[in-house]
Amino acid sequence: MEFIQEVTSLYAERGSWFLELIGAHIALSLTAIVCAGVIGLLLGIWISIHRKAAGSVLTAANILYTIPSISLLGMLIPFLGIGNPTAVVALTLYGIMPMVRNTYAGITGVSPEVISAAEGMGSTQAQIMLKIRLPLAMGVITAGIRNMVVMTISTAAIASFIGAGGLGVAIYRGITIYDTAMTFSGSLLIAVIAILSDFLLGIVERRIKKRLHLG
Amino acid sequence: MEMIRLEHVTKSFGEQKVLDDVSFSVGEGEFLTVIGRSGCGKTTMLRMINGLQTPDSGHVYVEGQDVGTADLIALRRRIGYVIQNKGLFPHMTVEKNITYVPVISGRKNREENREQALKLLKLVGLDASVADRYPDELSGGQQQRVGIARALAAKAGILLMDEPFGALDEITKRSMQEELLRLQNRLRMTVVFITHDIREAMKLGDRVLVMEEGKIIQLDTPEQIRKHPADRFVEELTAF
Repeated sequence: MEFIQEVTSLYAERGSWFLELIGAHIALSLTAIVCAGVIGLLLGIWISIHRKAAGSVLTAANILYTIPSISLLGMLIPFLGIGNPTAVVALTLYGIMPMVRNTYAGITGVSPEVISAAEGMGSTQAQIMLKIRLPLAMGVITAGIRNMVVMTISTAAIASFIGAGGLGVAIYRGITIYDTAMTFSGSLLIAVIAILSDFLLGIVERRIKKRLHLG
Repeated sequence: MEMIRLEHVTKSFGEQKVLDDVSFSVGEGEFLTVIGRSGCGKTTMLRMINGLQTPDSGHVYVEGQDVGTADLIALRRRIGYVIQNKGLFPHMTVEKNITYVPVISGRKNREENREQALKLLKLVGLDASVADRYPDELSGGQQQRVGIARALAAKAGILLMDEPFGALDEITKRSMQEELLRLQNRLRMTVVFITHDIREAMKLGDRVLVMEEGKIIQLDTPEQIRKHPADRFVEELTAF
């Protein structure tokens, strides 16, 4: 009980500091989310057109994804130094994997009958991509975005270890000054942001599926 | 006038020969049904007419033009194409499905397109109210009617149909066959209609093409095929 009081009084006392950290955390995550989203989407579309490259691109993305986040950050420091830009690069590299995988799966998963009909009716390859494949892949792509957003928000917590901003700063500082309440407060906020994003994107995903009749 | 002609067309998938020196032609306004077992090469043959498949050797001509050297996009937009059930676009309304070819061809006037869609719906015996529904909200028969309406939107003289009624129950199938004959009497299109149902082939076709293992066994009017079957296979096929 005492601990919870400690946490709430901490939020009350240092409200503006936490708000600042929340803002920084969201800004950092959002930058990486946009970068990973755009790169992943384009790469996913590209490998669905150039199927021969798909295997190696997906393997590369998979390997990046397997590297523990703290090692990836550590490996980037010699090249990019410390701070926010390095964190954005690391988070983007992570986020590319779920985006590429889902975009590729969504686009290539469209029923061959539908594609055959579109082709037989005289669609150009660009029309098939824009009017048929991408809309029909939207459900799977949105699921990928949702997955990637939650992951990026969580992983961004570690970014403060290399001097980037965000709620990880509270966790890190709490650890260094033996203030468990501060570590807990930062962690709790990250969890709340992640859960909230997942919930909201879940609603978006369901809406898209319903509107496009993607069953 | 000859609308479609195949000349010594041969096609193999790997080791397997699916079409073996196939030649025939379809006249303007003729309804040709093609019958054969699954895997006899009939679908491959049909897909050569709109260039979805290319022959290993031989030539395919549509309206006198060699499909091998034609602008395929433009050619396909002039040929109606109907396939079995899953061919409708699930994320588009019936109206968007029907006006797909006009829209991708650059005709984007919404009112004109809507008007054309409603006209075509009426033509295939559907109520105007289905225009804003999605394919998954329609019955199998209704979906197939939409498929035909969509193929007609191309204002094509040629209609290619690949087992369009294959997934329908017997009663719906029969009414769709009647509907198609009624349409054909009115529109006089050049139709190539693939089926594995001999009754359907004999009922609809001005001429019937019987295929077996990539070869044409017989090509004649239904009466002649019934009277003078080319071989045992055709005789067994027509013995119903």
